[in-house]
Amino acid sequence: MNFGEHVKRFSSRSVSILKHYEAQVPNGIWIQCPRCHTSFYFKRSGQYRVCPECGYGFRVSAKRRLKMITRHFEEWDADIVSKDPIDFPGYDKKLKKAQSATHLKDGVLTGLAKIDDQPVALGIMDPLFIMGSLGTANGERLTRLFERATEKQLPVVLLTASGGARMQEGIYSLMQMAKISVAVNEHGDAGLAYISVIMDPTTGGVTASFATQADITLAEPHALLGFTGKRVIEQTINKQLPDDFQSAENSYKRGFIDEIVPRDKLAGRLSQLLRILEAPKWGEA
Amino acid sequence: MSQASDIVAGSRSDQKTNMQAVVDALFSDFFACHGDQISGDDPAIIAGLATLKGHPVAVIATEKGTTLEERMATHFGSPEPAGYRKSLRVMRMAEKMHMPIITLINTPGAYPGADAEAAGQGQMIAKNIREMLTLKTPILTIIVGEAGSGGALALACSDTIWMLEHSMYAILSPEGFASIMWKDAHRADEAAELMRLTPNQLKAQHVIDRVLPDESVLDENFQQTMADELAKLSDQTISTLLAKRQARFRRF
Repeated sequence: MNFGEHVKRFSSRSVSILKHYEAQVPNGIWIQCPRCHTSFYFKRSGQYRVCPECGYGFRVSAKRRLKMITRHFEEWDADIVSKDPIDFPGYDKKLKKAQSATHLKDGVLTGLAKIDDQPVALGIMDPLFIMGSLGTANGERLTRLFERATEKQLPVVLLTASGGARMQEGIYSLMQMAKISVAVNEHGDAGLAYISVIMDPTTGGVTASFATQADITLAEPHALLGFTGKRVIEQTINKQLPDDFQSAENSYKRGFIDEIVPRDKLAGRLSQLLRILEAPKWGEA
Repeated sequence: MSQASDIVAGSRSDQKTNMQAVVDALFSDFFACHGDQISGDDPAIIAGLATLKGHPVAVIATEKGTTLEERMATHFGSPEPAGYRKSLRVMRMAEKMHMPIITLINTPGAYPGADAEAAGQGQMIAKNIREMLTLKTPILTIIVGEAGSGGALALACSDTIWMLEHSMYAILSPEGFASIMWKDAHRADEAAELMRLTPNQLKAQHVIDRVLPDESVLDENFQQTMADELAKLSDQTISTLLAKRQARFRRF
């Protein structure tokens, strides 16, 4: 048997064997890192859902992300739903699909949390809810997060992830940027601290408003942070850009991020920051 | 052609690209400030001082330009981070000097270039929005042509917002919208219809306050119209003015 025939026989046999085994392996057992393209056994990503090779944190639902930070959480404003402000065709169906996929009424989870026994108003955006896009419902929830925090004299920790504006809500989406900024301002004017954590991806109107308005800006390793989409920039300047052009690491180098924090270290880092920021001021007891 | 796409075309009219001429016509003694005092001077933003009916005002405007060279230099009216920084510098000066601010907008949006992105385009817009919402001086915005996305909102967190009849204000261009929603930029006309970007639709949604005929900006009475509005805004206490400005956006 020559080599060619051997390969042929081997491959046809292995294909049938592979097919046999494939039928027994459920989807998602082997996954590939979208950043470094390493394939690995799903369980190796661990409880924090991180690529064992490069440390990239996989996009996960807000509810799952919450469990990585704290177990003490009391949800606020869970029932706010979009009223489909520009009557966009097919939007109600899209919303229902996203709601059943994420167990949220819109793309953010907000509430009162405790991190190491320290109370904080916590928000986590959900990248799986129509790309975490910003609309009237999650915009309202985020606004109330800051307003309640101001009322209760609490610091805000907000984990951002968003593809940008919610197209289906037109100009109402744009107005959310100003609406939330008003609440961020009032919270800041009350002398309260705001920590944002940039998750993958944070883009468009969310980058151009509350995600970058914090006192302390943290980011997850290899998270994408940008305003304009990379493809649009490439088409505009007619040049290819490196894959990591909008990485958190590059933003850090350019001076826009305080620290890159891996997922397993985030709760500890937040706890440390809250201890400093919330310590009694000089002259107080 | 449908009505919305007529308005989109009108907002992009060649007649409207020379904002410097509009500024000079409205303010005979306009003095232009240059530079952001950090990295350079962005020609896509005109920022300076003038008097209106004998009282001082700060004027911020986006410029597309008339010649090919001008249009390339301004990226067809798309500001870069240095432009937003320059606008904020002049707006803060206006606040300090108790001068009302007038912003004139005709921009497709912030410039989507690699250098602009690296210099923090999103962060600069976020800063402008935040600061404008608390500036202790009246702000009047007039949308003359296009007003696209965060790049326009960064100059439009104002007390009063007017639009010319043939102007548009939207989350992004109809082409961009069609390309995101249907992966087909050629369906821009259809997108324009769905987006509710016309002045009358935006007025019905309380996004803007008043629709003016295109000719009105060059009408001799327009100075008086602006002066009356600024006088009305200046009559309020600063805390009332700011409360109303913030409430305007809280509603959405």
